[in-house]
Amino acid sequence: MEQNITFRPKMDDELQAIDNKVLSMAELVETQILNAVKAIKEKDMKLARDIIDGDEEIDDLEDKINNDCFKFLATQAPLASDLRYAISIMKMIRDIERIGDHCVDIAKFAIRLNDKEYYKELIDLPRMAGMSTQMVSDAIRSFVDKDLRLARRVWKKDDEIDELYKFVLEEQLGVAGSEPEKAECAVQFAFVAEHLERIADYATNICEETVFMLEGKDLTKI
Amino acid sequence: MENKFTVRGLNLYYGDFQALKNINIDIPEHKVTALIGPSGCGKSTFLRTLDRMQDTVEGARVEGQILFDGEDIYRRDCDVIKLRKKVGMVFQSPNPFPKSIYENIVYGPRVHGITEKKKLDEIVERTLKEVALWDETKDRLNDSALGMSGGQQQRLCIARCLAVEPEVILMDEPTSALDPVATAKIEGLMHELSKKYTIVIVTHNMQQAGRISDQTAFFLLGELLEVNPTDKIFSDPDNIKTEEYISGRFG
Ligand SMILES: Nc1ncnc2c1ncn2[C@@H]1O[C@H](COP(=O)(O)OP(=O)(O)O)[C@@H](O)[C@H]1O
Ligand SMILES: [Mg+2]
Repeated sequence: MEQNITFRPKMDDELQAIDNKVLSMAELVETQILNAVKAIKEKDMKLARDIIDGDEEIDDLEDKINNDCFKFLATQAPLASDLRYAISIMKMIRDIERIGDHCVDIAKFAIRLNDKEYYKELIDLPRMAGMSTQMVSDAIRSFVDKDLRLARRVWKKDDEIDELYKFVLEEQLGVAGSEPEKAECAVQFAFVAEHLERIADYATNICEETVFMLEGKDLTKI
Repeated sequence: MENKFTVRGLNLYYGDFQALKNINIDIPEHKVTALIGPSGCGKSTFLRTLDRMQDTVEGARVEGQILFDGEDIYRRDCDVIKLRKKVGMVFQSPNPFPKSIYENIVYGPRVHGITEKKKLDEIVERTLKEVALWDETKDRLNDSALGMSGGQQQRLCIARCLAVEPEVILMDEPTSALDPVATAKIEGLMHELSKKYTIVIVTHNMQQAGRISDQTAFFLLGELLEVNPTDKIFSDPDNIKTEEYISGRFG
């Protein structure tokens, strides 16, 4: 069989390697989101501590990918979509790294809430966690698969999570205002909801990177 | 990682003129090493010391040591013919013989004693596939090589070099006579070839060195100023002169 010589095998190999690392980083952070809320719901302190410890791996991957991109820019002198790709990746992994930080914050709430009696069963927070995890996962997928439609869909999904966040916030603050013995717990739940809402915001940032990479345009301006 | 070549304290003189000054470098196996530097700094001279082509230059004198697979190639009893079989060279402008495509490739193997038609056919097919020329040429192997495009001729010259099953391929500005598309094809080829062969390439095109090589050596006025992994040299070179050259401040 004739060797299939592409014009830029080395460049493509390097891009593939970067993509793979980004996907590993995404997988780690998605697990962190789900586990963070699980740690709260199930008062699982070991899980909470694992999340806090696990952040280091995400930070390391960010450094590695940054370094790869830096070297890619230096040696391959990429242009056009390749250039946008490298720049987008560098921004995107910052967003992913920040999502990781939010997970650590949520895990700390799990530790703080450990000795509190929950006044209700947690339903909306796990739902928000599920939604934001899905958004993060789809956003990164849209980037790696260069899927513009998926990026747009995820971007719009942010409204739904904003709605849910507002609902949770009003509910918790209502409880906090009227029933002082539940106030501490309710306020902490509200903070957790805020972190999850921020995570979804980062997912939309990632979608914007996808659009920028594919079209050179800013999603917010179309 | 194994080193294919280990060069220690290499000096080269053309008469009184010292063209290479105390060169020390390791050339790792199955990697692409790029030699860069301004014109006249000694890149081609150094490349030619690796297969002892320098011996053919009148008045050239070599000092120091070059180990190939651990054996000193400048010791008196070194078998230069055997060395050149293992270390092939591809030149700047494609130089196929004025013969058929087929004859160009089987020339080397014949010199080395292979005469069986079936064996030679196999070599032609294997090497043309390795340089991604097979599909384009399999129906016209008896056509003259001179009828091919420049890029095809250069790939044929690489195939010719591969026909004697070398371990190292030396290339002296192999794309400088080619158009951008043909250049890109050769660059793509080099990445593939480096999985099987050790490649040392002289290039005056810095971007090319960045794109294709694993290690880069920067020469200036006969000295090897810096050798480092290519990503290091291109992002954060150790030597200020390298920095100035890479960033286009002189050249
Ligand atoms: N056969 C030769 N006789 C005398 N001087 C030579 C010969 N070949 C090259 N030189 C000189 O040696 C130096 C290095 O040349 P060369 O290796 O061709 O440099 P490069 O390949 O980096 O352009 C130059 O100054 C050149 O003029
Ligand atoms: Mg030269």
